[in-house]
Amino acid sequence: MSIDLVFKIASVGILLGVLHTVLEKAGKEEFAYITTLVGVVIVFGMVIGLIAKLFDNIKTLFQLY
Amino acid sequence: MEILRIVGIGIVSTILAVLVRRSNSSEFAIFISLATGIIIFFMIMDKLVYVVDTLNQLVKKTNIQITYFSTILKIIGIAYIVEFGAQISRDAGEDAIASKIELAGKVIIMVLAIPIMLALLELIIKLLP
Repeated sequence: MSIDLVFKIASVGILLGVLHTVLEKAGKEEFAYITTLVGVVIVFGMVIGLIAKLFDNIKTLFQLY
Repeated sequence: MEILRIVGIGIVSTILAVLVRRSNSSEFAIFISLATGIIIFFMIMDKLVYVVDTLNQLVKKTNIQITYFSTILKIIGIAYIVEFGAQISRDAGEDAIASKIELAGKVIIMVLAIPIMLALLELIIKLLP
């Protein structure tokens, strides 16, 4: 639960940035866009779990039923 | 010390967010700031629980109605979440969404505060000669 998730997201982001430019230079713009989209969806899946846990904790802490 | 780790995590993730924002796919900067905010909240979670428990015990000792304190606690929770969401969308440049979230938060807090205000008014009317 500590900072490794942030490092994972950052590495995926940087990798996809590089992949995006490489694919664009190779002339395949649509592939570049699709790979970035897939990356965003994967990272979104990771972050959604974290957000759900945050909301549960806040619900129990502040008695916001 | 806990605070040193929090500040360290904050600085490292700020640098990562800037690094990612400069690269071609800048959508991940929002994810990084979101994840960091949540992780920092989890780190102070147990201290917050301690504070809330002590306040609860204090209120139980005095004969103040427990509903007032739980309403205040709800309002604090709502305020925290609204500020969290509004700040995330403001960072992403979506000021319109941020102001809508804040408007909704204010309305909900107002709805929660109305019973307390009514009770206060009744008290004042009773006190008047």
